[in-house]
Formats: sequence, structure tokens, C-alpha cells
Amino acid sequence: MRFIFKTRYEQDLQFFKDAPTACSYALLGAALLAAPWVVSEYYQTQLVFVFIYGIVGFGLMLLAGFTGQMSMGHAAFLAIGAYAEAYFQARGMPFVISAPLAMLLSAAAGVAIGLPALRLSGLYLAIATLAFGFIVEEVLARWESVTGGNGGMMVAPLKLFGGTINSSWGFYYLCLVLVVLVGVAMVNLLRSPTGRALIAIRDSEISAQSMGVHLARFKTLSFAFSAAITGLAGALYAHQIKFLSPEQFTVLVSIEFLMMVVIGGLGSLHGAIFGAMFIILLPEAISTAKDYLPDAVADQTGLKATLFGIIMILFVVFEPRGLYGTWVKVHAYFSLFPLYKRGMFRRQRAYTRSERVH
Amino acid sequence: MRSGAAFFEIDRLSKRFGGLVALDEVSFSVREGEIYTIIGPNGAGKTTIFNLISLIYPASSGTIRFCGEDLLGRSPEQVARLGIGRTFQNIELFAQASVLQNLLIGRHVHVPKNPLAEMFFTPAVRRRELESRRAVEEVIDFLALQAYRDAVVAGLPYGVRKVVELARALCTRPRLLLLDEPSSGLNVEETEDMAYWIQDIRDELGITVLMVEHDMSLVSRVSDRVLAVNFGKVIAHGTPAEVQSHPDVVAAYLGH
Amino acid sequence: MIDAAQLLISGAAIGCIYALIALGFVLIYKATEVVNFAQGDVMMLAAFVAFSFASLLDLGFWASLPLAILVMAVFGAAFDRVLLRPIIGMPTFSAVMITLAAGFAMRGIASMIPGWGTDTHSFKAPWSDEVIRMGPVIVSTDHLAILAVTALLCVGLYLFFKGTRVGMAMQAASQNQLAAYYMGIPVRSINTLIWAIAASVAALAAVLLAPITFVHNNMGFIGIKAFPAAVVGGFGSIPGAIVGGLIIGWVEAFAGFYLPEGFKDVAAYVVVLLVLVIRPSGIFGQMRRKKV
Repeated sequence: MRFIFKTRYEQDLQFFKDAPTACSYALLGAALLAAPWVVSEYYQTQLVFVFIYGIVGFGLMLLAGFTGQMSMGHAAFLAIGAYAEAYFQARGMPFVISAPLAMLLSAAAGVAIGLPALRLSGLYLAIATLAFGFIVEEVLARWESVTGGNGGMMVAPLKLFGGTINSSWGFYYLCLVLVVLVGVAMVNLLRSPTGRALIAIRDSEISAQSMGVHLARFKTLSFAFSAAITGLAGALYAHQIKFLSPEQFTVLVSIEFLMMVVIGGLGSLHGAIFGAMFIILLPEAISTAKDYLPDAVADQTGLKATLFGIIMILFVVFEPRGLYGTWVKVHAYFSLFPLYKRGMFRRQRAYTRSERVH
Repeated sequence: MRSGAAFFEIDRLSKRFGGLVALDEVSFSVREGEIYTIIGPNGAGKTTIFNLISLIYPASSGTIRFCGEDLLGRSPEQVARLGIGRTFQNIELFAQASVLQNLLIGRHVHVPKNPLAEMFFTPAVRRRELESRRAVEEVIDFLALQAYRDAVVAGLPYGVRKVVELARALCTRPRLLLLDEPSSGLNVEETEDMAYWIQDIRDELGITVLMVEHDMSLVSRVSDRVLAVNFGKVIAHGTPAEVQSHPDVVAAYLGH
Repeated sequence: MIDAAQLLISGAAIGCIYALIALGFVLIYKATEVVNFAQGDVMMLAAFVAFSFASLLDLGFWASLPLAILVMAVFGAAFDRVLLRPIIGMPTFSAVMITLAAGFAMRGIASMIPGWGTDTHSFKAPWSDEVIRMGPVIVSTDHLAILAVTALLCVGLYLFFKGTRVGMAMQAASQNQLAAYYMGIPVRSINTLIWAIAASVAALAAVLLAPITFVHNNMGFIGIKAFPAAVVGGFGSIPGAIVGGLIIGWVEAFAGFYLPEGFKDVAAYVVVLLVLVIRPSGIFGQMRRKKV
């Protein structure tokens, strides 16, 4: 059981809570760095997907988890980032130029939906983002000169500064570096005035305003940054998948992302990574269990959707704080052993006030 | 402040919600450094006045002037920037954040916000964070909230949350503080503490307080001047003693 | 001119389907503030159930119809009782996530049931595949049936809500839950009943739609267009759901005919974005502001 005794204000501002936490993350970093030498190519690819979806998770978490703006069309930003990257790479641009451009385009799309959505909240915002997602999907399918339409688009191999990264471990390290950078940027943002302003908007728009938070500016900022981050993930996604088509970016995918961050733990950065791990591990688990299941159930697509749905429902009902919530509890159990009590994390049931004023 | 201009004045302020007249040509002015209280039965329009000052909705007619600056026509977030802070009747705290984070948000108007620099947590950002942290600690000391610094607001008892709401408003370093029913829901001891704090806010921090209140003993104890409203109209104003003995006020409360 | 008349009718018909689905979740939203994103998938399940009764069990159309409605009513009630009652008091976001997840699960389970799977199945009503001539205008009987049944349903629901005690109780509960409790209205049971009604309406929509689109696993996606319908009409308003559905149906029909390819699919979404920007409360709705 650790107790952190703070004597200086600087301790409140530290990146890592304390030395043991920093050590744990250092070990994790070392493990991830060593992974390509230790694990098979297949699992390396899975880790890359975890990184990519983790970045998506960070983006969506910023918008939905920290600013409270529910987005049901996030796959649109992934798509814009992916197609933009493919387009620029096909014209020979190196990644260091094409990726930021892709991020900028995604950010522009974020602003495009963020501005009209400023006065909307809750349900109306969700429907607006849903509509946006559909429109982008349709545009991708129709704009054949740029996107290849429904026939799809091939993605050229990634050129970083000029040299092509053909090897998978090169791409692995690129994704690892980027997910760490995005994560660090997010942590920094959230312990700064802008991050706090976003959280204020999530929890109470009216009092955020009375504290001087310019709602329009920060909401638009959140949309733009969230879209840009997701766009970056899209750029990486394009190179991983190597072939893009509009079906990869449907509204169903958007809803899967939303479910991913909720299962991971809405409102925490760890949740993004846990969610990404879940979304990659689920098909894996189904594959391994396939041999033990009757044939009728072994139809993988149906089973995956069913399990996804059921697990999601179980989390919402029993563990609203998601996988990260479970992690916190397990961690507390072991660090407080044997003083952990079952009711420690039980939150008082606060009956939310109706948003409607009748 | 322009010479001759009152510190805070409201002139013939009216608000109509459809056919309902919530405020009817209310006028009063507040002197710098005083505690000015608005009393009145429920539904008299007191919180409406506050909501109009905070620009939560626009007034139907009239003017609100703070240090000579006209408030109406501005946007809500500018109110804090001008130096007016406020608490809410039903506590509008950021429930999922810690007390410390709530208070730090109060510092919003005093720190520049540069998202790109913040992502890298540059030394300038770090320096400003330390400044904010120190400033917030002063308010924590003032209201004795040390024990609750890192507690998540959602789990705190009501009385503590009211104090956090007050602390957050103080963190905005207002010149005029709007307190909406500061003692509602508090027990006798907590109301005692609140009374002392309100006086300390005026005396030690030099902040002018404009208050809406129901608890008459608190009103008589701390107020310099009182305004009584009923059905959206001013019915009396003056010192607490004058207003409380005014026949219209007595009638309004006792319902003759 | 004749084209326009044709489009009016076919657009109204598909609009009525949107309206029926929108009606389902508007009913639920009015009562419980929960948005049922799985309403389209409920309709999909209903279609499969009706198909099973009619073809797999060989009971024919007229027996399958009431059976399907009954089964779905029970399903709707069970959905509320099992999935939503445990989370009463939690933010409505949780309920929305549950309905989204339930949609996934329903599609998955439906694809794994033998006899259902991911194939397309045929389900015809006795009047299907015929046409009626009204002057120069040719109307398909399926479309006509949709219009007729929707109209009847609206009248029926109106009488139910205004005329019966249960209907009045539902109105009361949807306007002020606490007051309804004080009046002795069993609000949670009423909510379950509303879910049953909403599922029944979805079942009706399924039976009307299946002859046109066939029964298949992705049938529920048409339900997503019901959201623009509800928003255009004014979310939380029952007449709004109907009017909104008709409007979206007409916009799609005319867009499909007069505009280049692809506009028909996004027409509904463009319209809803415009409505959300200009007048989010829609035609009949009223947006309220949070009282501080």
C-alpha cells in the first residue's frame, strides 16, 4: 500500500504519479520495444492493430469521453485520413508530409461537423454525427476519381523520409512511436487548462460558461483535434490494410468504435488502449474457442457481433467504468491487500435529473 | 472605472417568458465593497435576475452596467472575464472531476490557453500551471477545503459541495460575486460558517457580494442593504431592518 | 405530372415505414427518455418471426400476423424488463449504449439461427405483387396496404391514448414520472407496456415491408433512416414521427427520380443535418433548456 506524501506543488504536476508507476510504464515500453524479436509476425500485426485502434480510441475518447460530445460517425474521420494518405502517397509524398496533411483534412472535416453541431447536444448531436458519417461514406463511394469508388483503392508502400518502409517491423516501430506520442500529448492536454475546459464542458456547460469557457471555441477545438488524431490513425490504417474500400468505414464501424471506448472505460485514457485490446482479442478468442463449439455457432461474423453486443451490455450494467474500472479494482485489491473491501468502489446511485424541462 | 459610474447598476430590467412577466422594470444599484441581498418569496424572480446578469438568457428590456460597461449584448463567457463570478442554486459543479480540478477550472479566464504548447507541456505551460496551483491553494486555505482536495466531487456531501461551489467562484478572482441562495440545504453550523465566510469575502478579499437569500437571520446578519422583490417587481429596499419591517414585505411573506 | 403522382404514392409508402419505425422509438423516448437504436433490428426480428410462422411452420399469412405481433410484444416487454430496468437511474447514455449493443447481438443471433442465417427469404402478403389502376396512376397493392394500415394504426393509437385509462396513464408517466408515481401509476410497468407496444408497431412495419424488401439480416438498417424522420417531425412528438416519415419518404422518392445517382441514399441525412442546424426541434417538437 503506497501513500504519496506531497510536499511540493510540482508533485501535483508530475507526469507519472510516483516512481513505481513510472517504472511499470518503462517496463511496458521495454516489452513493446522488444516484441518484434520475441513474438511471431502474426502477433506483431495484431499489436500494430492495437496501436492503430488505440489512436482511434484516443481521438474518440477526447471527443466523447472528455468533452462529452457523442460521436456516432467517427469512422468518417478514419476514412478521410486513410484515403488522404493513400492519395498523397500515390503521388510520391513522404509520410512526414502526407500524414500531417491527412490529419489536417480530417481536422477540417471535424470542424465541418463541429460547427453546425455547436448548439446540439445528446441525442441531436448523435444523430447529426450519424448523418455526417453516412454522407461521408456515400461521398467516398461516389467520388471515383479520387477514391476509386466502390471498387476500392490500393495503397502504395509507406515512404517515411524518402526511403520506403517495406519491413513490417519498421512499420511496427512507427506505430508504436506514434501511439506513445499521441498518448503523451493527450495526458499533457488533460492536465492543462484546455483539457480542463473540455471536461468542464462535459460536466456542465452552463457553469463552464460562467467560468469563462468559450463553448464554441472549445467544442470546435475538440472536434478538430479528435478528428485529426483519428485521421492519423487512418493514415496508418491505410498502410496496414493496403487496400481501402468504403465498406471498411460504415456507420457500423463508427458504432463499434463507440462501443470500444465504452467497454475500455469512458473518461480515461487507459480506456482507449483497453478498448483497442478488447476489440482485437475478441476475434482471437473466438477463433481459439471455435474448435470447442458446435458447428451452428461457429459462424464467426454472427458470433463476433453477438458476443460484442452481450459483453457490452454486461459492462454497462455491471461495470459502467469499463475494463479500466475493473483494472483499477483489481489493482486496488492487490495493493491494499488484505484491506480491500468489496464496497470500496460502489458509487452512490445518483438519479440523473431529466434533461427535459416539463 | 469611469468616474461617476456606479459599481454595478441595473436599470429598468424586464424579462418576459412568452406571456409570463418574470421581471418588471427592476432597478437597483450596488456599491463597491458592500453585501447586497435580494429577498422575496419563491418565484419572485430573484434567480431570474442572476440568470440575466450571467447572460444565460437575454433580457427583454433594460440595462445592466458593471463599472460602466454594458453587459447586455455580450456573450456569457465574457461575464467571467469582466470580473463577475457566480454560484448556482442547485450546484452546477463538474461532478466527475476532483475538487482541485474544479477549482483550477475557475482559473480559466486568468490563464492563456494554447493547446499545441500544452500538448508538449512546455516550460511556460508548466510555470503557469504552478501559478494556478498556488492561487487555488489560497482559496482552499480560505475555505478550509484541504481535506477534500483530491476527492471526486460526486461523492462529497451536500454541504461540502456548496463550499466547493463557492471556492470555484472565488478562483475566478471576481470583483463582484453573485451568490444564489448560499445557505439553502445547509444546517445551522454550516450556515454559521457561510455567514463568516461571506463577511470575510467582503472584508479580507475586498469582493462585492450580491446575494439571493431566504434565511432571514443570515440576511440581517451579513447584509449592508437589502432589496425585496415580489412578482417580478421591487417592493422595498434599504437596510435589512427597514426592509424587514416594510408592510409590503410582511404582506408578501405572510400572504395578506 | 403522372410521375409526380406515382412518386407521391411510392414515397408516402416508404415514408410510412419510416414513420412506423420512428413511431416505435418516439413512444419509448416520450415515456422513458431512452432512444432505442435497435428499433430497426426489432423490426428485422419481427420479419423473421413472421416468416418462420408463415413459411417454416406453414401457418400462412393471416395466422402469422397476430402471432408475430404477439411474440414481438413479449420480446419488447422482456427487453425492457431484463435489460433496461437494472439501469434505471443511470445516465441515458448507458441506455443508448445498451440498445446499440442489443442491435449488434440481435443481428448476430439472427444470423446464427438455422433457417434464418444470412440468406434472403421471401415473405408475401395475400395482396402482394398486384397493382391497382387509379386513373393514369399505377399503385402497387403493397404500397396501398402500407398507407392503409398506417392510417388505421394512427387512428387506433390516438383513440388508445386519449380514450383508455392505460393510454392516459402513459401520457401522464411520460410527462412527469414522479407525479405519475404519486398518482398511483405503476410507472415501470407502464414503461414495459410501452416497449411492448413499440415492438408490436415494429412487427406491423415488418409485415408490411417484407413483401417489398424480402426478409434478410440487414433489413433493420432501414430503421436508421427513421431517426431523420423523427427529428424532422420533432423528436418526442407522435404526429411528428408520422409527418417526418412522410417527408423523408417523399424527399427520397423525388431525389431518386430527379437527382443523379447516389443522392437518394444521402437525401435523408442531408435533410436532417439542415433541420438540426436551422430548427433542431423539428416541426412539432419543442426544445427545452435546462433550468438552473
